[in-house]
Amino acid sequence: MTHVRAEFPALDQLVHGKPLVYLDNAATTQKPRVVIEAERHYYEHDNANIHRGVHTLSERATAQYEQAREVVREFINAGSVKEVIFTRNATEGINLVARAWGDANVGAGDEVLITAMEHHSNIVPWQQLCGRTGAVLKVAPIDDRGVLIHDEFVKLLGPKTKMVAITALSNALGTVVPVAQLTALAKAAGAMVLIDGSQSAYHFATDVRKIGADFFVFTGHKLYGPTGIGVLWGREAVLDAMPPFLGGGDMIRSVTFAKTTWNDLPYKFEAGTPHIAGPIGLAAAIRFVQGIGFDAIHAHESALLKYATDAVQAVKGVTIIGTAPEKASVLSFVMDGIHPHDIGTIVDREGVAIRTGHHCAQPVMDRFGIPATARASLALYNTKEDVDALSRALTRVQEVMG
Amino acid sequence: MSDNDLRGLYQEVILDHNRRPRNFGAIASPTHHADGHNPLCGDRLSLTLTVQDGVITNAMFQGSGCAISKASASLMTDAVKGHSVVDAEALFEAFHKMVTTPMDEEPDESAVGKLAVFSGVREFPARVKCASLAWHTLKAALSGAEIISTE
Repeated sequence: MTHVRAEFPALDQLVHGKPLVYLDNAATTQKPRVVIEAERHYYEHDNANIHRGVHTLSERATAQYEQAREVVREFINAGSVKEVIFTRNATEGINLVARAWGDANVGAGDEVLITAMEHHSNIVPWQQLCGRTGAVLKVAPIDDRGVLIHDEFVKLLGPKTKMVAITALSNALGTVVPVAQLTALAKAAGAMVLIDGSQSAYHFATDVRKIGADFFVFTGHKLYGPTGIGVLWGREAVLDAMPPFLGGGDMIRSVTFAKTTWNDLPYKFEAGTPHIAGPIGLAAAIRFVQGIGFDAIHAHESALLKYATDAVQAVKGVTIIGTAPEKASVLSFVMDGIHPHDIGTIVDREGVAIRTGHHCAQPVMDRFGIPATARASLALYNTKEDVDALSRALTRVQEVMG
Repeated sequence: MSDNDLRGLYQEVILDHNRRPRNFGAIASPTHHADGHNPLCGDRLSLTLTVQDGVITNAMFQGSGCAISKASASLMTDAVKGHSVVDAEALFEAFHKMVTTPMDEEPDESAVGKLAVFSGVREFPARVKCASLAWHTLKAALSGAEIISTE
């Protein structure tokens, strides 16, 4: 993967006089040159509004925007581009479903089931839905390793369960969740299922048809793409039956002051001028990832996570939080007597970028009885040298904090 | 250079107060109380005060936080104990000014006494809130607000 690393210009810099070691990938990944170039090319040559102009630039912009949709469709193995809706991020995708589908289908006494390892964006929209409708939010617990307790999940599924929303990979613990299996159980109980693929989409291949859920969301900026672009996939029949989320241009077929009719899928859910450069950059990112292949990415990252786990665990006073047998990318930890914030500041001075805090998953922190963790998260361009730099920086933390 | 910055932030006094915080605990029947919360890092601080005739006769804190926020609360409670509310508020202003002085200016450390050890925080913008949490909580307690958040 050494040649791949050279494709990421931001990785090649000094921070506080030390080579940057970027280990905050679960927050966002760095961008390869092809993504930066795709956006630049669009703005330098093809910039125009889409779906409305007859002029050449508008046609070019529209073609690229729609080609990007096809790239995404293929990437997640969706049946049709009608099922691929561009959003700002995964959070917007979940909010869209909670509003447009939830408000029309969830009522007082119904239940929404999530897991105890969700991050805030897969908790809050459902809480808000429950607040609006009188439905009840149920939370399937996790064990001390950070693994979903299967039997408890099954017990919480019932005739009142209208929606089951689950992450495919925990951002705070690194747990890989068997989403296809859980989806089958939820579907058998008659619930709709949304999978949050924000963390999983850049570590494993996504096959929405194999998972069998009704909705799948992910975000571009963790997949080496630009910020401000995400994807909501939904089953065509389900999306068709849903009312629009936002109203405005592009999502309508005809407008009079008396009545407006909605556009077809996917445009019904893309109101207003979209972030046109976003899908174009995202498509470049997807092609980049496909060029390497998820088999190679997964093999590299798994070996590196194992190496990092051993290395970090060997540092005196470190406890790893999240020890599921199936993990990917994420290494959360705490150090005896040293707050994660202090760890983050000190390792930053060694050029090492990690996340410290609650990782937008406060309930996960509460579950483990800690205010925060330090989190190193790996991507395809990370190396053993990066991990070694982290270990050295953690030793430095102990020296400074005495 | 980076070592000096770190030593500037984590001065021995700060590390000492982090390891052995002073005035740690809660006053049984305080006259004033406030909880401070920094949602960004999860720091929580509960501050109790006894104020008699305009003088802070006792101040205690408890909670969890990073070395900077814990040491700041520890040194703050030491600094305001035995002083008037008016003096404590003036100290708040002087402290706040010191930790938010731009890097290209010399911070005024003359009015803050021992608390000058926190001037190194200026080098670390993300950590200014850690140093300020206790002080914002003190201000809230004195003004009668019970819960504050630095966000």
